[in-house]
Parts: sequence; structure tokens; C-alpha cells
Amino acid sequence: MAVETTTGSRPAPAAGDGGSTAGPGRGSGGGDADRTGRKSGASGRLGRAVSRYWYAWAMVAPVVGVIGVIVGYPLLRGVYLSLTDADEANVERVIGVNHLPATYKFTGLDNYVSILGDSVFWDRLGWTVVWTAGCVGVTFVLGLTLAVMLNRQVRGRSFYRIGMIVPWGIPAFVSVFAWKMLFNEKNGLLNQVLDGGGIDAVPWLGDPFWAKVAVIAVNVWLGVPFMIVAMLGALQGIPGELYEAAEMDGAGPWQRFRNITLPGLRAVSSTVVLLSTIWTFNMFPVIYLLTRGGPEDSTEILVTYAFRLSFINSPRDFATSAAWGVLILVLLSLFTVVYRRALRRQGEVW
Amino acid sequence: MAATETTPETAPAKSAPAKSAPVKTAAPRRRGERGPLAAFGLHAGLLAATAVALFPPLWLLVTSFKPKSESFSTAVVRDFTVDNYTHVVADTYFLTWLGNSLIVVVGTTLVGVFIAATTGYAISRFRFPGMRPLMWVLLITQMFPMAVLIVPLYNTMASLGLLNQPVGLIITYLTVAVPFCAWMMKGFFDTVPVDIDESGRVDGLTPFGTFWRLILPLARPGLAVTGFYTFVTAWAEVAYATAFMTGEENLTLAGGLQTFVNRYGSDWGSMTAAAVIIAVPAAVVFGFAQRHLVAGLTAGATKA
Repeated sequence: MAVETTTGSRPAPAAGDGGSTAGPGRGSGGGDADRTGRKSGASGRLGRAVSRYWYAWAMVAPVVGVIGVIVGYPLLRGVYLSLTDADEANVERVIGVNHLPATYKFTGLDNYVSILGDSVFWDRLGWTVVWTAGCVGVTFVLGLTLAVMLNRQVRGRSFYRIGMIVPWGIPAFVSVFAWKMLFNEKNGLLNQVLDGGGIDAVPWLGDPFWAKVAVIAVNVWLGVPFMIVAMLGALQGIPGELYEAAEMDGAGPWQRFRNITLPGLRAVSSTVVLLSTIWTFNMFPVIYLLTRGGPEDSTEILVTYAFRLSFINSPRDFATSAAWGVLILVLLSLFTVVYRRALRRQGEVW
Repeated sequence: MAATETTPETAPAKSAPAKSAPVKTAAPRRRGERGPLAAFGLHAGLLAATAVALFPPLWLLVTSFKPKSESFSTAVVRDFTVDNYTHVVADTYFLTWLGNSLIVVVGTTLVGVFIAATTGYAISRFRFPGMRPLMWVLLITQMFPMAVLIVPLYNTMASLGLLNQPVGLIITYLTVAVPFCAWMMKGFFDTVPVDIDESGRVDGLTPFGTFWRLILPLARPGLAVTGFYTFVTAWAEVAYATAFMTGEENLTLAGGLQTFVNRYGSDWGSMTAAAVIIAVPAAVVFGFAQRHLVAGLTAGATKA
């Protein structure tokens, strides 16, 4: 906007300003400028663009540079590694004063073929989907419920609010250890309490089913505070007059919730659900620290398995791990695209 | 010992100023009066949720003051002791880990906020060729699964000799921190009215001058929240820290805490004491910033 103020008449870039379908519109705009540029002498056109935008470009230059070096380059290298047979024994490394060069070979899509042809990947993927859907679903419902409760005028509201946000303020790995202590099969508090009630000890982290329940429970516990905060913010953005008007018209509490609260939460909740899905899909510490993927790999999600391939198993298999990483990225990208499509089809401008 | 007492203190301190609010607003309760049963249900639900949220950290705190042999007793502290704390601080590498973590986290936060500030401003205010792709890159790289970068980063760090070096971990954390900070700050700059830029422009300031002299001071709370969030995130990171830092004296806290309870033995007493010392600074920083956090995150979310 500010650009327009200084440079006066310049319709082309401003066109994207109000465009809600920003992605494609913006892209074609850039191509447009390129084509006309080539027609009327590229250097003059480029010069004008530079003099008009140089400060904007200068301001973003540090980030572009840094991201290019520390994200772009590793990403390309990761993709390349996934097409090789790199492992612990043949990558470039330094042992003492000796510098050993890399000796791994390009193997094409072999890694991908063997991963996708193996049931290990599909098993992990299945559990990862259950884990993600379970965590996000439960977290969302709990977070929304508690946020609605907190949004009412209730005595001690700020006490409840602070209390419920506490799990967010504590580093996740610390909380996971706290839970690990509670879940301890022989001596943990949970089993001692159950024992007091005459119930047999539950092998929380020793049995595949209970371990799954346990990791989901811990992740929900960790995720609910963020959900409450986000939802509270959204709830407070809904104008109170709407409720008053609805009440005048005789709408009951459930109708008000369905027809005012839920639509009012859509913008925030669609973003929050997308974010939590991606976070949960990639949630490393909970599973790694609580169960290490066990028992018998039953709680191993894609991310923890990729980590195990390159950093726990011996010999370390960098190439396969990189391929898992690339597959995870592809899956997440697909999910994001599909999710956004679905939202847009429902008329969500996002 | 002194540090551990901060946790229980912060909660009442925070709730105290707000406690007067419900009293004031109680009289003109507008919408449908709540019956006693509904009120009871509401409080019961909220109380239960708060109890579940608070119990594990509180139990950690309680256990840390028990002698090692009683770590798992259900009783609240019978023989109060600070042995766990003295043991952790004096006989383990804990202070080294704390130092490593501080270097890494403070470095990441400062560099991240510093690099990202101008970008946040530029994408909040200007329309320029390449802006849309840049915003996409910022959004997407924040969500990059660590699994896709960890192997190439590890190999690069290995060949540069940066494994077990705080610098290596700082660079690694910046892969997440820089896009996150830029994105978050865009949200904050969006809340500063454009009129201010224009008045600066009218007074003859360059875009950089406007940014530096007018906007940055106004967005200071935003910078603080962004910095704090980066701090807390880096403080709690596990995967990179576990993979890149090995050897007891090189670990950060995330790696160090794992050494107390692992396959080879479980020292729950020391673990709880260390955990409390790790959690307190994070919780304090969080406590200070949480008020702004609500506004910041929702601003970022709704304007995404």
C-alpha cells in the first residue's frame, strides 16, 4: 500500500491488492510483467522495478538469504541423499584429523521403491493417521468446550484460565517425563490409585493398546491449552449483539451455539486445526520420550521412525531416513492442499 | 530452592488483579440467568479440567522434594529434603547443560528476531514482486517436518565440524525460528495503523527511517512476544538437540534430562529436581508474556 503512496500511478501490482484468490492471480501478474518487460527492453524495465522496489527487497533480503542457505540447500541435499545409498560408513566425515570424502552412490528411486513396497511404512502411516486424527479431534472438542465455558461470566475465571494454560508454559519434554512417572507400571501414581480402587495395574507403557492411549492422552494434555487460548480469542471476537438479537428472536442456547458461535469460530478454527494437524503429525518428543516408539514399534509414527533410522539404529541409514523425510513432507503438503481446497469450496476465503 | 517457589507464586499473583473483575460485572448479568445446577456443573467442569492440567507438574514439584527412596510414594512430602537439587547441581553436568541451553536459546532468539524484523514489516506494508512466493515460503518452512531436514543438516554440520557446537544448533533452530518470527511479526505490524507510516513518509522519512523510528518502537510488545515464543520453543526442542549434541558435557537440557531416566537406570529423584529447574524459567517467561500471547497468536491466525 505504501508503495502506491510514494510512486503514484502504478496499477499493475495494486491489482493483486484486493484479489482474494491471491495465489494464482499473483503468479500470473508476475509473468505478465516479465513478458511486457521483454518487449520493451528488459534492462529498462528491470531498472525501473529495482528503483521502485529496492527497499522492499532490501528489507526481505536477510530472510531470503538465510532461508535459502539453511532451509533451501539442506532440502535439496536431503532430496539428493534420498536418491543415494548414503549411510554411516560412506558419508563425508571427520575422524580425528582425517577427513574422509563421501563415497556413496546415486541409486535413483530404489529407496522409495523399497519403502513403499514394505508394510512397515504403511503400518506406521496407518497409526500416524489415527494418532493425528485422534489427538486433533479430542484436543479440538475439549479445547472448544473449555473455551466456551471460560468465555462465560464465571467466578474465578482467570484462575481457571491460568491453571489450564500451565501445561503450555512448561517445556513439553519436562511434562512428558512427569507423565512417564505417573504412568510407571509398577509404582506409578495412576496404578497405585487404581490399585486403591481394587483395579489391576494397567501396563500403560508396556502394552501396545494402552501405550497408544497413553501417548494420545499426553499429547491432548499438551495441546488443549493452545486450543483454549486460540478459541477464547475467537470467541471474544464474536459481537455480543448477535447473541442478544438471537435471544430476542427466541433462539435457545443450542441454536445460538450452532448458528452464531460455530460460524464465528470458523476462520480461526480452520487455521488452528490445520496447524495442530501438522504439529501432531510431526510430534516427536511425546512419542520418543514416552515410549521410544515401543512396545514393539506399536507407537512409532513416521517422524520418530525416520529419526530412528538415522540416529538410533546402527548402522545409521541416512539415505532411507532422508527418503522417509521427503515422503512425510509430500504427505503433509498433499494434506494442506486438499484441506485448503475443501475450505475454499465451502466459500472460505483464506 | 528459591527458584522452585516461583511456580506456585505466579498463579495467585496473576489471578489477583483480575479477581476484582467478576465482582464488578456480576451485577448486570445480561444473558439468561444461570440456575444453581448449571453453575455447579460449570464450576465442576472447569475445576476438573484445571486439576488435570495442574496435577502432573505439581506432582513433579512435590516429588522433587522427597528423598530418592520415596519418589513413588503416594504421600505428599513426608521427609522434606532438597538433596535432589543439591545432587543435580553439584554432582552432575546439569549446570553445563543449562549453560549450553542458554547460549543456544538466547542466540537463536536474538538472531531470529533481528533478521526477521524488517521482513515482517516489508510483507505487512509493501506489495512487491516476489511477495506472495515469499509469504508461502515463510508459512511452509515453519511447518517443515524436522524429519526432512535433520539428515542433511546433520551431514552438513558433520562435515563443517559443527556437531556438538552450540553454533550448529543455533543455525539449525533458525530454520524454524526465522520464518516463524517473520510471520509472527507481520501479524504485529499489521496492527500498527498505516496512517503512521504515511505521516512518516510525509515528514520525509525513508521507508527504513519510518520502520526504525516509528514502527519498531510501536511494535515492541510484538517483538517481545515473538522473542519469547522463540525462546520457549527452542528451550523445549528435543529432536535436533538429541541428534546433534552427544557426549555428556555437550548436551543441552533436553538431552540432559533424558540421561536421568533411560534404559540403564532410573534416577527419578534427580530427574524431578532437574525438571523443576528447567520448567521454572520457561514458565516465568511464559507467565510474563501470556497476556500478549493471546492477542499475538490470534492476530497471526486470523490474518493468515
